[in-house]
Amino acid sequence: MHELSIAMSIVDMAQQEAERRGGVQVHAVHLRLGLLSGVVKEALLSSYEMACHATPLEGSQLLIEEIPVEVFCPKCGVARLVRSIQWFCCPECATPTPTVIRGKELEVVALEIQE
Amino acid sequence: MSAEPRLVEVRKNVLKQNDVIARALRERFRQAGVLVVSLVSSPGSGKTAFLEKTLTLLQPRYRVAALVGDLATENDAARLARSHAPVKQIITGTVCHLEAAMVQNAVDGWDLKHLDFLFIENVGNLVCPSSYDLGEDLRFVLLSVTEGEDKPLKYPTIFNSADVAVITKSDLAAAVEFDEAAARRNVQAVRPGMDVFKLSAKSGEGMDKYLEFLERRAMRPALFRHDLSQDGARAPESLVDASQREGSAQKTTSRA
Repeated sequence: MHELSIAMSIVDMAQQEAERRGGVQVHAVHLRLGLLSGVVKEALLSSYEMACHATPLEGSQLLIEEIPVEVFCPKCGVARLVRSIQWFCCPECATPTPTVIRGKELEVVALEIQE
Repeated sequence: MSAEPRLVEVRKNVLKQNDVIARALRERFRQAGVLVVSLVSSPGSGKTAFLEKTLTLLQPRYRVAALVGDLATENDAARLARSHAPVKQIITGTVCHLEAAMVQNAVDGWDLKHLDFLFIENVGNLVCPSSYDLGEDLRFVLLSVTEGEDKPLKYPTIFNSADVAVITKSDLAAAVEFDEAAARRNVQAVRPGMDVFKLSAKSGEGMDKYLEFLERRAMRPALFRHDLSQDGARAPESLVDASQREGSAQKTTSRA
């Protein structure tokens, strides 16, 4: 369970950004979360609430966009979404591929603020 | 009246702090010419026994050291000290994984140039360590025959983040009717092309093949050392495949 420390990092980041912008209020944090990031969405959401407690972000929302896992198929020569993270292969031609293009994201992409 | 809420773009990697330290560590390891291997597995799959055997077998010919992560005890470090290699315990307290900063603190003051291999044993956990780059060259994921063949399918993220899979406790395989073919199939499903070694730290079976692999990989930092001494420049990108964990997927292809 490392979601709490990750949630605390997110709150810190958002708070720093809010201060940098002159102490604006943060309504929501937009996060991109890859399915291969090793972080569980539900655990992160509940940890976020705890991490916000008694900070200027209390009451703010964490909006998570889940990023599916995309691999490069060497046979088709294009990027494809895997059907399951238990099977790293091209969903069209079934060629196995270890080349992950997307799906490891764990990044704050935007803040909803009020000046 | 205050203005309407508006959306501002930020774009910040949440683990940036860890990644920055990990990159600096990797550069330091590379310049010192030490091959750094981290070990992850569930608790009780034999990381410490495997590491003790590895240190003991490498010790006569190489300069080896280990860092061991544990939630609360120093038992592992005490066991590993029997190999006579320098061992340092990292007690993580309530933290369920190692982070790059802990490794940085642990090697503080070490002259890494005097090492050929550095092993980092992570806390026994197949979930949390997957998110944290430690600056290692290779991440080994261990799976003991007693755990069942489907571990890779249950924890695809950590298996996918690793470079090498090691099936441990092979001396017990027959007793638990371990289906090796199924285990290998499952490893390949979550990480196509991954090297797999099956061995027993207790009987020594399979250790030679795995040690040969390690020694072959250790030749590569020597290349970096040579490159650095030539003109002080960085090694060419084509040689630093193992240094980019983000591009871990490409590592396998370039190694194959």
